[in-house]
Amino acid sequence: MSKNIKSITNPKMSLNILTPAEVQKIHETTLQIIEHVGVRFPSRQALDIWAANGATIDWEKMIVKVKPHIIEAALKKAPPSYELGARDPNQNCAMDGNHVFLGTDGCGVEVIDIRTGQKRTSELKDVGEIARIADATEEIGFHWVALSAQDKPAQTRGLHELKAVWENSTKHVQTESVYNQVEARAAIEMAIAVAGSKEKLRHRPVLSLMQCTAPPLGHDGGSLEAALVAAEYGVPTGFMTMAANLTTGPATMAGNLAVGNAEVIAATAMLQLAFPGAPVFYAAAQTASDLRSGAYTGGGPEDFLYGAATNVLSDFYNIPLSMGSFATGAKEPNWQAGLENSISTLMACIVMSDMLLGAGFLHGSRIWSYSQMMLDCEIFSIIHKMMQGIVVNDETLAFDTIASVGPGGNFLTQKHTRKHMRDIFLPQFMDRRPYSEWEIKKDDARDWALEKASKILDNHQPDLLEPAISSELSKIIASVE
Amino acid sequence: MSTELFQKMAQSIIDGDSDLSVALANEAVAAGIDPLLAITEGFVLGVNQVGEAFSCGDAFLPELVMAGEAMKAAVQALEPEMEKRGSERQMLGKVVLATVEGDIHEIGKSLVGTMLASSGFQVFDLGVDVSTAKILAKVKEVGADIVALSALLTTTMVKQREVIDTLQESGLRPQVKVMVGGAPVTRDWVQKIGADGYSEDAIGAVTVAKSLMGISR
Repeated sequence: MSKNIKSITNPKMSLNILTPAEVQKIHETTLQIIEHVGVRFPSRQALDIWAANGATIDWEKMIVKVKPHIIEAALKKAPPSYELGARDPNQNCAMDGNHVFLGTDGCGVEVIDIRTGQKRTSELKDVGEIARIADATEEIGFHWVALSAQDKPAQTRGLHELKAVWENSTKHVQTESVYNQVEARAAIEMAIAVAGSKEKLRHRPVLSLMQCTAPPLGHDGGSLEAALVAAEYGVPTGFMTMAANLTTGPATMAGNLAVGNAEVIAATAMLQLAFPGAPVFYAAAQTASDLRSGAYTGGGPEDFLYGAATNVLSDFYNIPLSMGSFATGAKEPNWQAGLENSISTLMACIVMSDMLLGAGFLHGSRIWSYSQMMLDCEIFSIIHKMMQGIVVNDETLAFDTIASVGPGGNFLTQKHTRKHMRDIFLPQFMDRRPYSEWEIKKDDARDWALEKASKILDNHQPDLLEPAISSELSKIIASVE
Repeated sequence: MSTELFQKMAQSIIDGDSDLSVALANEAVAAGIDPLLAITEGFVLGVNQVGEAFSCGDAFLPELVMAGEAMKAAVQALEPEMEKRGSERQMLGKVVLATVEGDIHEIGKSLVGTMLASSGFQVFDLGVDVSTAKILAKVKEVGADIVALSALLTTTMVKQREVIDTLQESGLRPQVKVMVGGAPVTRDWVQKIGADGYSEDAIGAVTVAKSLMGISR
């Protein structure tokens, strides 16, 4: 169906969320945290890297304290731009600061079944089906593994998921579900099989890895080691902080930004010390915990502000950003979902975050909804349109046309109108029908979005992965099973 | 004199001031006040008041946690005296709490521990990345009524099942209730692994634990 990927580029809008002085202050506090408070790296391999590079290490607590100049010098080695490769090279995603790409969100545990409408535990089949639908849309630029293949053994689940996505889509795959060394090595082997060779993978990384930090100021040992494997092979790698006000971060937003920043840049610096020049990205989905329950919220004004502020930080370090937007806390595609996903995504886009994560989830990235996926695509399209801003020139000011219509006429029959009418956004899911027409079925966006997803699933045939590669992937998975 | 002290005790909990609650506990011991009385007439009243304010929406989670911590600190300060007098605090039940093996996520688990402790449960918090064998040993050692297991990853969640299966194999399962939690835990999962209860947040965990112990409120 679709071969083009819709990305936001050459924006006409901008936003001042933090002044350069404020960014500098956040940066300095971050360095102070890393130097005096330290960050936990519970991995012998990671600690050895730090030890070899002049950090102070508490080996028992596995806490690393690093002088600012070491961190700053290491971060300078990170490439400012690169491409996320796709099976179809026309669908590569440029991480160059001038493109915003939308991905599917992950990694959830339940799905609202597209056929029965019932909520159930996620399986491998769902991973492939979501990838197939995403492959057909122009809005989705790359994949995250959307759901956990809970019918597969825990130790190779992440690999089965990768295979399912590659078999159903030609777009780039980023996994957030591979977080130990053994699985990471196997995932890289699979990526080599898909790309063609080790060199081709380095040149066109069809895979990237995202690892979560363990806030406040910590990491998971397996995640660190998986990231190091990826960096070794030139597979783009990012660390995502989800430090949250009240629980894993201070109640104040600036402090929470500093905590998350310390986690991300310390780990990024470690990757650069081990493999200078390895492609890396900054990732964040910061939020405020709910005041009453302490729970993850998945939306709210704090999230929206983080969505814009984080890109200022990643720009400061000159590395691409993967920003958590969408991912509403709502339980169904409703007012809250529309509100949260629209504002969070606008804020992340207006500052040109390179990657947006992502489309399709309800209940704070736990329950997949095909309907929400399509609605999120439309939100992205609307913002894509808005980011083009208002073009002002003689053609768009249209003086001659205005003069020829004159007072009291209309513009419907003007050539100028015919030429430019398709500049106007045509929604798929907004209800603009007469009231009487709506009254017949009382259906709405959610129904149409679901219909669209079902139709794609029934009809879309992605370009198949060569059977020989598929069986190679199976062999690699079996070898670690 | 002790009425005034009891009021101060309650207030120290309401203010979430651990230093003050410990100082007041020590003051009570020095004055020869029965530590059990200090708890029931003093500190607990503060916990109850914060709890009520929380239910009405007037207090927030950090206040609840700080009250819990201040209460815990005060009780710890009173413990030597209780031991000396041979008196024991009536608890609602014994809970062995852990984040399962392979999983380092702590905050949700610890929050549940604080909530359970301040609600009157005796909590044995084993920390994070705890092996099934260690959990089982603790259950046996303390004669636990409840095992509470946290997991944040779908890949470590399977350890919750392993603990339940191992409890079954060792014949301990009938004596102990199992509650589970963590972002990926769903009702389906709870049924699949045969756990007795789950909650999506720490406040709910207290309700679940109480109902597992047959306590209505």
